[in-house]
Amino acid sequence: MSPRARRWALGALLVLLVSLPVWASRYVVYLTIHILLLALNAAGFNLLFGYTGLLSFGQAGFYAVGAYTCARILLAWPSLLPGVLGGTVAATLSAVLLGYLSVRHTRIYFSMLTLAFGMMIFSLAWKWRAVTGGDDGLVGVPRAPLELWALTVPLPTVERYYVVVLVAVVAAVALLHRLVRSPLGLALQAVRDSEVRAEHVGLPVRRLRLLSFAVAGTCAGLAGSLLPALENTVTPPIAHWTASAEPVLAALLGGTQRFGGPLVGAFLLVVSKDVIVRFTVHWSLVLGAVVIALVLGFRGGVVSVVEPWLARPRPARRAVARAGEQAP
Amino acid sequence: MEVLAYQGLIGLSSAMYLWLISAGLTIIFGVLGVLNFAHGSLFMLGGYLAYTLYGLVGLPFSVSVLGSMAAVALLGAAMERGFLRPLYGLDPSYQLLLTFGFVLLLDDAVKLVWGGVFRIPPIPRWLDGAVVVFGRPFPLYNVFLIAVGLVVGLGLWGLFDRTWWGRSVRATAADREMAAALGIPTPRVFSSVFMLGSALAALGGALGTPVRPVAPGIGAAMIVQAFIITVIGGLGNLRGAFAGSLLVGVLSSYGTLWFPEFELFFVFAIMAVVLLVRPQGLFAS
Repeated sequence: MSPRARRWALGALLVLLVSLPVWASRYVVYLTIHILLLALNAAGFNLLFGYTGLLSFGQAGFYAVGAYTCARILLAWPSLLPGVLGGTVAATLSAVLLGYLSVRHTRIYFSMLTLAFGMMIFSLAWKWRAVTGGDDGLVGVPRAPLELWALTVPLPTVERYYVVVLVAVVAAVALLHRLVRSPLGLALQAVRDSEVRAEHVGLPVRRLRLLSFAVAGTCAGLAGSLLPALENTVTPPIAHWTASAEPVLAALLGGTQRFGGPLVGAFLLVVSKDVIVRFTVHWSLVLGAVVIALVLGFRGGVVSVVEPWLARPRPARRAVARAGEQAP
Repeated sequence: MEVLAYQGLIGLSSAMYLWLISAGLTIIFGVLGVLNFAHGSLFMLGGYLAYTLYGLVGLPFSVSVLGSMAAVALLGAAMERGFLRPLYGLDPSYQLLLTFGFVLLLDDAVKLVWGGVFRIPPIPRWLDGAVVVFGRPFPLYNVFLIAVGLVVGLGLWGLFDRTWWGRSVRATAADREMAAALGIPTPRVFSSVFMLGSALAALGGALGTPVRPVAPGIGAAMIVQAFIITVIGGLGNLRGAFAGSLLVGVLSSYGTLWFPEFELFFVFAIMAVVLLVRPQGLFAS
């Protein structure tokens, strides 16, 4: 796609998203919130996997830290902003702490370590009844109003809450995109491609990995903190390792080698699940087969299949280019 | 004191399931370098197949167990040949993801074929009964489990240490290219190791049929336990897996007795600490 076409497509997508509550049903809006949350989580995960080369199986842990912290804050102080900020900060702090330990390893040892940390958070969520409500979780979390200085915006409907989520997710994804395109993002890719060379040109490899881990954890935490006000409840399964697989699958499905891949993947994952479960309960059978096919045949994900097709120059232009080559 | 020893014996017998599943996992990792997420699903599948043959068809218990092992070993061979083999040259993350795809596929496939949870078929008559240990009745079936675990352990040791096949496997694990240069058919070694590992997982699952219910979630639950054990014992270290299984099996048996609240947390904390402090495992020589 040419940069211009890309800008047009992005603009159209934004218009579509902003106007969604006007023309779509409440269920579609609700589903879109889930797409947005997974998209943010998966985009953060892909900074770690696609750009830095570290496969984490513990993202659900940070998602849960965000969700539980936000829920506790909202239960004590029903105001959305402190809840979401508090949840995100708590997730960032735990990601920095656990990331500092995790990035001592790479490859499978890293994956195992993140799995262990994620499951430690899960067992706290499941058993530490006094703080997390145990297996009942935290219930009755209010969809607290958004209070900005003197302004108080109540959020009684899913449609209104959607706008808050949309703004938060778009802002976070835009920041993430900025990060990926910055010299810092290039440094992360250098670490992914060759640790030794990156070290030799003077890059602080471990610190870069930690940074990537912290940003991924922050994204998961922000997505998680936006959940309790939507669902009014938080339960332990969101922290389980099988939940950590969701951003992994979204990124893989969309494509890990493009920034937009995980976003597309999140959309496909949520929508296809919603469609498939209408016909059969065996949704994960289909998903498993798709994952196997993707890993074997399309490691670039859906984006890599669609992109060349979009990027194909128009026949007229190709003819002109060929004529230009042949000229003198 | 006797309560403690008795609880230890209970832990020891449940450690045998853990040993059988982690033995296969660690052998496959040690030789192929593949961490098989679907190994727990193979354990589960072994349980379902043995249940079908023993509980539904009515074959003798031993035949059912061997039958389910053979079937799962064939499935393992198909997984290795058809799906993992094209990925060997790539980033190991892709192998992990592929096997995760199999987790999703197999866990759902058993629901499709067998439905929900079953009632437990009766223990075969020759294993029903109890022996008296520390003045309490101890199920004969648990004695049988411990015996099977020990026999498998000795058998594996003999297989890897004393046979030509075992030597070629160890050579392949140590240096794939050199082994191939010496004329060892490494692709066939890979397949046979994967089959052996799968059969061990199936054995673990199958032995559980008369005492524990088979359910669709059991694969995901077992695989994290097996990960913990293989990490504690050192990835690819068979003796470590044995020691790790005993450690985790006995500790969680006491754990449920003393601190049931945080047993799970501590087990994962041990796994994380081992990965950080001694990634080669506690029992590395």
